[in-house]
Amino acid sequence: MKLTLRVWRQKNTDAPGAMSTYEVDGISQDMSFLEMLDTLNEELILAGDDPVAFDHDCREGICGACSLVINGDAHGPERTTTCQLHMRSFDDGDTIDIEPWRASAFPVVKDLVVDRSAFDRIIQAGGYISAPTGTAPDAHATPVPKPDADFAFEHAECIGCGACVAACPNGSAMLFTSAKVNHLNVLPQGAPERETRVLDMVEQMDSEGFGGCTLTGECATACPKGIPLPSISAMNKEWLRATRKARR
Amino acid sequence: MNDYTHYTTGEPVADTKAPAGPVAERWDTRRFEAKLVNPANRRKHTVIVVGTGLAGGSAGATLAEQGYRVVQFCFQDSPRRAHSVAAQGGINAAKNYRNDGDSVHRLFYDTVKGGDFRARESNVHRLAQISVEIIDQCVAQGVPFAREYGGLLDNRSFGGVQVSRTFYARGQTGQQLLLGAYQALSRQIAAGNVELHPRTEMLDLIVVDGRARGIVARDLVTGRIETYFADAVVLASGGYGNVFYLSTNAMNSNATAVWRAHRRGALFANPCFTQIHPTCIPRTGDHQSKLTLMSESLRNDGRIWVPKAKGDTRPANEIPEDERDYYLERQYPSFGNLVPRDIASRAAKNVCDEGRGVGPGGQGVYLDFAEAIGRMGRPKVEEKYGNLFDMYARITAEDPYVTPMRIYPAVHYTMGGLWVDYDLQTTVPGLFAIGEANFSDHGANRLGASALMQGLADGYFVLPSTINDYLARNPHHDEVDASHPAVEEAVAETEDRLNLLLAVDGDRTPDSFHREIGELMWEYCGMARNEEGLRTALARIPLIREEFWRRIKVPGTGDELNQSLEKANRVVDYLELAELMCLDALHRAESCGGHFREESQTPDGEAARRDEEFCYGAAWEFTGTGEAPVLHKEDLVFEYVHPTQRSYA
Amino acid sequence: MTRTLWDSTVGKKVIMAVSGLVMLLYLVVHMIGNLKIFFGSDEFNGYAHWLRVMGEPFLHHEWALWIVRVVLVAAVVLHAVSAYQLSRRDLRARPITYVHKRPRASYATRTMRYGGIILGLFIVWHILDLTTGTVHSGGFQHGHPYQNVVDTFSTWYGNVIYIVAMLALGLHVQHGFWSVAQTLGAGRASRDRALKTLANVLALVLTVGFISVPVAVMTGVVS
Repeated sequence: MKLTLRVWRQKNTDAPGAMSTYEVDGISQDMSFLEMLDTLNEELILAGDDPVAFDHDCREGICGACSLVINGDAHGPERTTTCQLHMRSFDDGDTIDIEPWRASAFPVVKDLVVDRSAFDRIIQAGGYISAPTGTAPDAHATPVPKPDADFAFEHAECIGCGACVAACPNGSAMLFTSAKVNHLNVLPQGAPERETRVLDMVEQMDSEGFGGCTLTGECATACPKGIPLPSISAMNKEWLRATRKARR
Repeated sequence: MNDYTHYTTGEPVADTKAPAGPVAERWDTRRFEAKLVNPANRRKHTVIVVGTGLAGGSAGATLAEQGYRVVQFCFQDSPRRAHSVAAQGGINAAKNYRNDGDSVHRLFYDTVKGGDFRARESNVHRLAQISVEIIDQCVAQGVPFAREYGGLLDNRSFGGVQVSRTFYARGQTGQQLLLGAYQALSRQIAAGNVELHPRTEMLDLIVVDGRARGIVARDLVTGRIETYFADAVVLASGGYGNVFYLSTNAMNSNATAVWRAHRRGALFANPCFTQIHPTCIPRTGDHQSKLTLMSESLRNDGRIWVPKAKGDTRPANEIPEDERDYYLERQYPSFGNLVPRDIASRAAKNVCDEGRGVGPGGQGVYLDFAEAIGRMGRPKVEEKYGNLFDMYARITAEDPYVTPMRIYPAVHYTMGGLWVDYDLQTTVPGLFAIGEANFSDHGANRLGASALMQGLADGYFVLPSTINDYLARNPHHDEVDASHPAVEEAVAETEDRLNLLLAVDGDRTPDSFHREIGELMWEYCGMARNEEGLRTALARIPLIREEFWRRIKVPGTGDELNQSLEKANRVVDYLELAELMCLDALHRAESCGGHFREESQTPDGEAARRDEEFCYGAAWEFTGTGEAPVLHKEDLVFEYVHPTQRSYA
Repeated sequence: MTRTLWDSTVGKKVIMAVSGLVMLLYLVVHMIGNLKIFFGSDEFNGYAHWLRVMGEPFLHHEWALWIVRVVLVAAVVLHAVSAYQLSRRDLRARPITYVHKRPRASYATRTMRYGGIILGLFIVWHILDLTTGTVHSGGFQHGHPYQNVVDTFSTWYGNVIYIVAMLALGLHVQHGFWSVAQTLGAGRASRDRALKTLANVLALVLTVGFISVPVAVMTGVVS
């Protein structure tokens, strides 16, 4: 396949950026999207140009590092991570636009690499259960009803890639935050910190400069792990409950 | 220059920390004998932790909970992305919740035997003991393990073990355990007890007066070379499987931290013990950047076969039943498709070498579910394996419900690593290695669902109960700063290396060298090794290294985000580590676990151990690039599990 | 708690949800009242008169009406101010848009902000037209709402403004009502279809109910 790529290039956070156009040839349908970019980068290096910087690591769809907006879609046209997207989803002669996640809370570091440390700070604000090592009772001391365990797991699947923020027209992090709140708040182990967790995490989310939720549903459509949109409602419920109890 | 293969044998190395006495009491005894650090004084001790996977994340969180000042590093943008996240299957624990005869002693026995009698009994027994506490800890943290309708934890059997001791969270056990550790670490970061440096890569170890006192690291965003100082350094930087270029490791997993520590004096043990996993998706062409593992649970219901005839290119469903060779079932009638990983991998290689492999390049065998679908019905197969089938279909664009899957073995895990004693301390005082970075618990072959167990055991429980002994016995009275000659030397070496990489301006990319060394290793130091091949590799590696420094091309500068520079610097270390792996494989003229020497096999082609000569761990001392290293042997004594030849026929 | 509500994006959405619900409830009542026009001028004018004496003798003349007006103004102001502040925040959170654009979300969802502005302007016009009579076409007569309504819908622009605004209302309610449920924590996968259906029905009933009046005037059913 022969393709035209239009790629966002930006030297660093403070430098201005622009789309640059590249041609790549000899692309196989079996290549992953990132392998296609590897091919481009090998050519750029040999030509003495700066290769395109992009985040990637496991290439198995689980670490959450890869983060490209492809033709306007976070992670591209398939519902998966960028690393699991293959070139058979494109046609010979296509022009493909590749841009970084766009949100003021995710500043561009270089080219297609963005800084997602805001997500880490949201977790630090309360996305944990305080269980210091050595304090745990036997694992069977507290049975967890299967529906609750399944609900927790469904939300724990979030890989923290940030596609929800990238896809949201408001750059909102509600789906990410709600996934962690719901995972921990439904479990009996998470109950003692249930109120402070949701209040603190939402406060941190707001202070990072993410936008508000207008329930466009773009986040859940883009999510490669299928975190459902009603997660946001479930978190709102937790937040209202915590606000009423106001145990801070 | 010495001929690299003319290594010398030095003083034996021995673990002096594990107490004598019954193996089941050693951990308790050691914890009691270890000196403690007064809680009020812990804040005065700084511990550097490199890596944030299961081992590093859990160690950083636990040490910070105890009151130490922790400074932690990861090259990823977030601690949550460490490659532990990708583990699928599960985590073993001797809970005996199934009442099926499991016990700490059985897990201990299985692990020593599974490792083909090349691991230290004291360590393995401790691992089995601690496995029980890990599950409790993880559940308390909110790890959503699979549960039954009664609300209690579910288990499954794994890797051909006869008891159900594997706890799991669908196919994402590693992810869920890692998030538990990451969240515990996050809590300590928020509390100010852990200072986290993401996107920062350790490039050298600082050793002052024979003790580990800090690291040299590069801020991957600004390119700045920085120094960090501490009272002890913990390496939790994972394994070195990426030396093979194609592996199931993450793209950025690398050996630099452990290799640089090795160059600074830490012995490197059993580097040739690498695990090749049998059920990976085969490569599709030269563009392949990594390989994807599929859980070995697929072998519970799938049947593995190749055509009987060489070069048979007919589609699978056009090959009649009597022209198929179900070679595992034929060779190992009692275990069939469920033989251990090393045996399944080697058998696949053999049939492909005979020219009977399937798919592009003949590098694949069929894993066929037609019989299972016929027996259980498609819905049942979907329920059990649906997510794996979906993953396979996404990557290969083939429907495994209709066409048999194609699989091929791939490098997956490295049992070797930095030599550590019972306290997990390396031969450099103050330098500890935990998780896959050390060599300790798996011997020559790791059992399924044991990597997660070991990483968390080391990080949550072992290191936090042993590092205190070092810190209490070796208080530092001298402050180390950037002006110390040893620090200046380490920084200068690092800067020179990076500047040289940028200055060569040759005509080959870092990836092309990585691919070359990887293919060489796969060919000669992969699933089956022989003396001739290893000698060929050992002759080639110095030439590749020489060519590397002549022809490498790294664009850009050192003071910016430069992924080519990161890559090139990692390849520098692969080019040295590869040589040691080949030498270790050459010197170990026996077959054991993942290390198969063609010269040492039974008449029916099985691995033959040679206990009288090789019942030791091989710990290598660095003497210089390309210089013959010194071998220090740790004799292994088996008091409880007596070595037998494994048999799966 | 008040500060938590006002300072948080989630809290502000709750304020928008509650104020929106208040307005929605009013609109349903208002729409049903409007339909009285089909029973002739006496009944319609009588109903309008009752609105002023409602609550007497417990409440003073027109007090009930004023209470409703105060609550409504408060709801409109809270709704609009919250919307304005959240929108500004949302725009700041995504300062650079994608080069490769594609339509996102449903039409109703994308047009919430514009729809809100249209409805805000409409409310001003609507009050000046039929409550104070300031911009009414042809002599506005206090106490004769039937005639006033007929006058308004006898002009082309009166019809256009009203019908456009009611279509905007329908879209706004369609996404708004479902959003209210999500914001107040009542949304979940199992009742998503029911909520969406209810939102569609509400939107349709309100729009059709309100638009039926100008249509009736235009077609001569009401004159």
